[in-house]
Amino acid sequence: MILGRFLFGALKNVIAVPLIAFFLASMCCGGGGKKEEKCNGIVVWHWMTDRHETLLKLANQYKAETGKEVRFELNAPSDLYTTKVIAAAQTGSLPEIFGVLGGSPDMARFINKNYIHNLTQDMEINGAEWKNYFFLRALEMNAFQEGNQWKVPAGIYGVPIDVTNIQMLYNKDIFEKAGIIKIPETWAEFIQAGDIIKEKTGEHFFVSGFGETWIINSMVMNFAYNLMGEEKIIKTFKGDVLYTDPDWIAVFSKFKEMVDHKFFASGVVTMINKSAERLFATGKAAITYNGSWCVNVYKSMNPKLNYAAMFFPRISDQFPVVIQGGAGSSFVVSENSAKKEEAIQFLKWLTTKNVQITLATDTSNLPSNKSAVGKMSIILDTFAKNMDNTIHPSALPCLEDPSVEEAIARGIQSIIIGETTPEKMAETLQTLKQKIKAQNA
Amino acid sequence: MPNRYKSFFDKFTNFAFVIPALVLFCIFNIYTFLDLFCLSFLKWDGLVGGASQFMGLKNYWAVFQDGIWWSSVWHAILITFLALTLQNLLALLLALCVDKIIRGQTVYKVIFFLPPVLSGIVVGLIWDWIFNGDYGLLNHWLTLLHLDQITRAWLADPLTAIYAVAFIHMWKGFGWGFVILLAGLQNIDMELYEASEMDGASWWSKSRYITIPLMIPIFVIVSILTILGTMQIYDLIVSTTRGGPGYHTEVPITRILHSMHGMQNYGYAAAQGIVFGIILLIVSLGQIHFSKKFKQD
Repeated sequence: MILGRFLFGALKNVIAVPLIAFFLASMCCGGGGKKEEKCNGIVVWHWMTDRHETLLKLANQYKAETGKEVRFELNAPSDLYTTKVIAAAQTGSLPEIFGVLGGSPDMARFINKNYIHNLTQDMEINGAEWKNYFFLRALEMNAFQEGNQWKVPAGIYGVPIDVTNIQMLYNKDIFEKAGIIKIPETWAEFIQAGDIIKEKTGEHFFVSGFGETWIINSMVMNFAYNLMGEEKIIKTFKGDVLYTDPDWIAVFSKFKEMVDHKFFASGVVTMINKSAERLFATGKAAITYNGSWCVNVYKSMNPKLNYAAMFFPRISDQFPVVIQGGAGSSFVVSENSAKKEEAIQFLKWLTTKNVQITLATDTSNLPSNKSAVGKMSIILDTFAKNMDNTIHPSALPCLEDPSVEEAIARGIQSIIIGETTPEKMAETLQTLKQKIKAQNA
Repeated sequence: MPNRYKSFFDKFTNFAFVIPALVLFCIFNIYTFLDLFCLSFLKWDGLVGGASQFMGLKNYWAVFQDGIWWSSVWHAILITFLALTLQNLLALLLALCVDKIIRGQTVYKVIFFLPPVLSGIVVGLIWDWIFNGDYGLLNHWLTLLHLDQITRAWLADPLTAIYAVAFIHMWKGFGWGFVILLAGLQNIDMELYEASEMDGASWWSKSRYITIPLMIPIFVIVSILTILGTMQIYDLIVSTTRGGPGYHTEVPITRILHSMHGMQNYGYAAAQGIVFGIILLIVSLGQIHFSKKFKQD
C-alpha cells in the first residue's frame, strides 16, 4: 500500500512536468492542423464555389502559358470567407490576391488600413489598355472618387472578374397563356399585365426573395432613380432631402400598389431568393426580380424553363430607368505582398478576352471584359447589353447609413403585410435618420 | 526531502495539473470577456490598424434607447417562456412514459433525440417548407380538414411568425430535456417507491414526496439549459425568417450580428452582448433562487 502510494506520487511528479511543458509548448506553437502545401507562386483566396473548377482550370492554363504557379483556395460560404479575410488582415497573413465582400464601406476600411494596393497606375499604363477592358460600371465599383465619404485616396483598387445586374424576368409560357404579347415597359402596363395574368392563369404574378433585404433595397433604388434621379437620392443620404418627401412616398407606394393588386406570392416577405427562384423555375410565378447569376440557377432547376429578361418598368419619364448592377466578383492585390507585380500580371491575364470567354461560358456569368460579350447564350447577352444602364449604390460618393437601409427593407416588408403605410414608413425612416444624425454629431 | 518541502511540492504538483486548463480558460474566457467589456466603450470598425474612438457610456445609452433591440429581447423571452413550459412539459411527459416502458426504451430514446442532433439550418429549411403558404404540408392538411380559412404563410404572417419559430425551436429542443429528465427519473432509487407503497402511498403522494423533490436539481439543470439555449436562438431564425416580417422575429443574436456586420460597429455590438449577458445572468440566478426556494418549501 505504502509502496503503491509512493510509486503513484513519484509517477505523478515525473508525468506532471513534461505534461505541462507539452501543453504550454503546444499552446505556443499552435495546433496540429492540416499542414498546407507550400506554394511558390501566388495564392488567391476566393468564395465562388460555382467557379472554383473553372478557376483551377485557368490556373493550370496560366502555368502552361507562363510557367508561373497560381493556387486558388476556396473558402465558402461568403460569411466564413469574410471572417477569414478580416482575421488574416488582423494577423498580417493575407494572400497575394483576395476579395473584399460587402461593398465600398468594407473596401474603404481595408484600403485606409493599407491592406489593398492601388492599381490606378497599372490600369492607366499603355494608354489605359487594361482599364479599357472593362465595363465602366464594373470598374466604378472598384474605384473611389475624389472627396468620397470614406476619405479613401481616389483610384482604382479592385479588378472585376465578372459583372452582374438585376433585372425583371418573365415566364414566356404564362404570358402566352394570358394572351399578353407586348412585354410591359411602363408601370401602368406592368399593373395591367399583372391583373390579366392573375385573372386568366391564377398564377402568382410576382415573386422575389424579399426575405433578403438587399433585393428590396435594390428595387427601391430602381424606382427612386427613375422618379427623382441620382442627385436627389444623394441629397437624401446626406440628410438634405427628407424621406417624407412626396417622391420617396411615391416610391414606397409602388409596393403598396402591388399589394392592393394581390401581385405578391404568399410568404414573399420572409422568402429567401433560393425559394423565389424555385417558384419561378417551376412556373408558379409569372415575373421575378433576380440577378444575372439566376441563369445558372434556373438551368439546374428546370432546363426547360421558357423565360426571358425584361427591362425594369418605367414609373416616370423624368429620369432614365437604371437598374442595379456592376462588378459581380472582384479581386484586390495585397499591399503587403512581396509578389505584388506577379499578382497584377495574373489578374491582367485573367481579364483578357479569351480567358473571360472561358470563364463566362463555363460558369454562365457575365464577363467583365466588354469585348467578350456576344459569345454567350441569348439570355446572358440580354443581361450583358443592359450593363451600360446599371448603377450600384456602392459606386456613389455617399452611402446611406446601414441602419436606414435595413429600416427601408423592413418598412417595405411591413407595407406588404399591411402593418404600415408608405406615409408612416417615411416618417419612421426620417425619425431614424435624424436620430442617427444626432448620434454622429 | 523535509516534510515541509514535500508537502509544498505535492500541492504544487496537484495545481500544476490544473495550470494548462487554467491558462486556456484565462485566455479564451477571462481575457476575451475583459476585452469585450473594454470594446463596449469604443467605436471600432473591426479592423486592426485604425484608431478606435472612446465613447464612454454612449454605446450603452444607445442600447437602452434602441427599441428594435428591446423588442428582439422580448421575442427571445417569449420563445424561452414557451420552451420552458410547453417544451419541457412535453419532455417530462415523454420521459415519464418511457420510464415505465420495459422493452424498446432505446428506440424511443433514439426517436426523441433525433431532432436535437439535426442541424438548426436543416430543421429550419424543413419547417420552412412545411409552413409555406403555397405548397406547405400544414396548409395541405388544413385544407383536407376543410380549415382553409386559417391557412396562411405561417412564417410570413406577423400574427403567427414568432409562434411558428417558437414551435420549430421546441420541436428541435424537447429531446434534450427528455434525455436529461429520463436519466434523472431512472436515478431515483426504486426502494423509495417500494417502501412508500408498503406504507400505502398513492400515486400523487409518491410524486409529491419522492419524484418531484428528487427531480428538482434536474429541473433546474433543464431549465437553465433551456433558458440559455433558447435566449441565444439564431440558426432557426436565419433559416426561416431572417428576423422578418418587419422586425417580428428579430432576436438578440441577429441584432448583435447586424451591429457587427451590417453597421460595422463592433463597440455597439459588444455593448449589446454585455447587456444581453447580464439579462441571461439575472434570469439564470432568478431561476436557481426560485428552485431553491421551491425545494425548501
